Amino acid sequence: MSFTPSFDVHLLCTSALACERDSRVLYNDLNFVVKPGHLWHVKGRNGAGKTTLLRQLAGLHPVDTGEVLYSNNSIKMIYIGHKLGLKEQLTADENLCWLAGLDGSSTQSQRYAALEHVGLRGYEENPVAQLSAGQKRRVALARLHLCKADVWLLDEPFTSLDQQGIIDEIDWLRQHTRAGGAVLMTSHQDINLPNVKILDLGQYSPLLGECLPDKGSSII
Amino acid sequence: MIRYMWAIVRRDLLLVARQPAEMINPLVFFLLVIALFPLGVSPEAALLSQTAAGVIWVAAMLATLLSLELLFKLDHDDGSLEQLLLAPYPSWSLVLAKVFVHWLVSGLPLILISPLIATMLFLPSHAVPTLMLSLLIGTPTLSLLGAIGAALVTGVRGGGMLLTLLILPLYVPVIIFGASSVAAAAQGMAIGGYMALLAAMFVFALMITPWSAGSALKL
Repeated sequence: MSFTPSFDVHLLCTSALACERDSRVLYNDLNFVVKPGHLWHVKGRNGAGKTTLLRQLAGLHPVDTGEVLYSNNSIKMIYIGHKLGLKEQLTADENLCWLAGLDGSSTQSQRYAALEHVGLRGYEENPVAQLSAGQKRRVALARLHLCKADVWLLDEPFTSLDQQGIIDEIDWLRQHTRAGGAVLMTSHQDINLPNVKILDLGQYSPLLGECLPDKGSSII
Repeated sequence: MIRYMWAIVRRDLLLVARQPAEMINPLVFFLLVIALFPLGVSPEAALLSQTAAGVIWVAAMLATLLSLELLFKLDHDDGSLEQLLLAPYPSWSLVLAKVFVHWLVSGLPLILISPLIATMLFLPSHAVPTLMLSLLIGTPTLSLLGAIGAALVTGVRGGGMLLTLLILPLYVPVIIFGASSVAAAAQGMAIGGYMALLAAMFVFALMITPWSAGSALKL
């Protein structure tokens, strides 16, 4: 594991983070600290900005107001969003190969083991296009077992998984946090784990039409 | 970083191998444009040998444009562009790797069949090495410049036309000097100056475009 298993340092934190889309403020003055072992469940109604928050933390969405602070530059994150980032024409194994190859390397036996872990034994050489939606989701999730990362950013990771798949995944989340990793995830489903912390974006959303302080003058 | 770029190059070549149509389409388009030209204008050898240089260069440019729109679009649509951008390496290395594959797939085959095309259009045989050399320097420049446009229209619905409008003005100098070098060689004149300018444009594009296209991708 690349991270130090000391539990009192923080991995990342936000400082007065805000997000504005189409002159609508989604959330404002968001402060929270992610430490090793944390499992944050980001909640909110549809359109509350859950996906945007995860993308801001991953560095995919620009941060205009507030800050996202990382403990150091070498902190490794895995982001799995609504779009899984899999190439349909390539096999499950080939997809994992290039995804892992972006920042490190993997052997075939490691990739096969990761696929077996997510219940896709025997599907290693099938093109992803032939797999079902749930199986595609499992291929993407296999990365969690293949690439060691400090923080997992998972956007609706239970989508299209079967009941057993959800139970298994909750178990992976438990193991990851117990080993000193951190998870931030969105889901409309409750997670039955003792260490879950809830981040309800609804509490950070200002009244409709209110604007961010520094941009307030532009809109009446 | 080399390993990162290699991972992208390997993946994209594998994708091309799975879908050879992507590679063959621009080539067929290139051949068709050139085969139709004598039918539309005149099959006379004297006229064709004069216009051959320009026709080949314009056809090469159109073939490049044809495949440019998908340079980043497919990756954007399936979410793999996000994963590529998340890797802890500068985005220009990603652009450089993608452009390299684009040139390998759309530019290199054109260069390889250009002697055949030159014969079809009665280009004097002593001008063929110049044609190949000018295409060798020019087509990577076209791919590099096109990457800026492709990065800007990624995520825009129906960005193909917009891409053409954005990129064509940038292609003008490459076309002018590329075609003139071949025409000069056909007339037995020196080509050093043209080649130097083409090479200068290539180096300029190599320095500027990966960086700017990489920034555009992050928007």
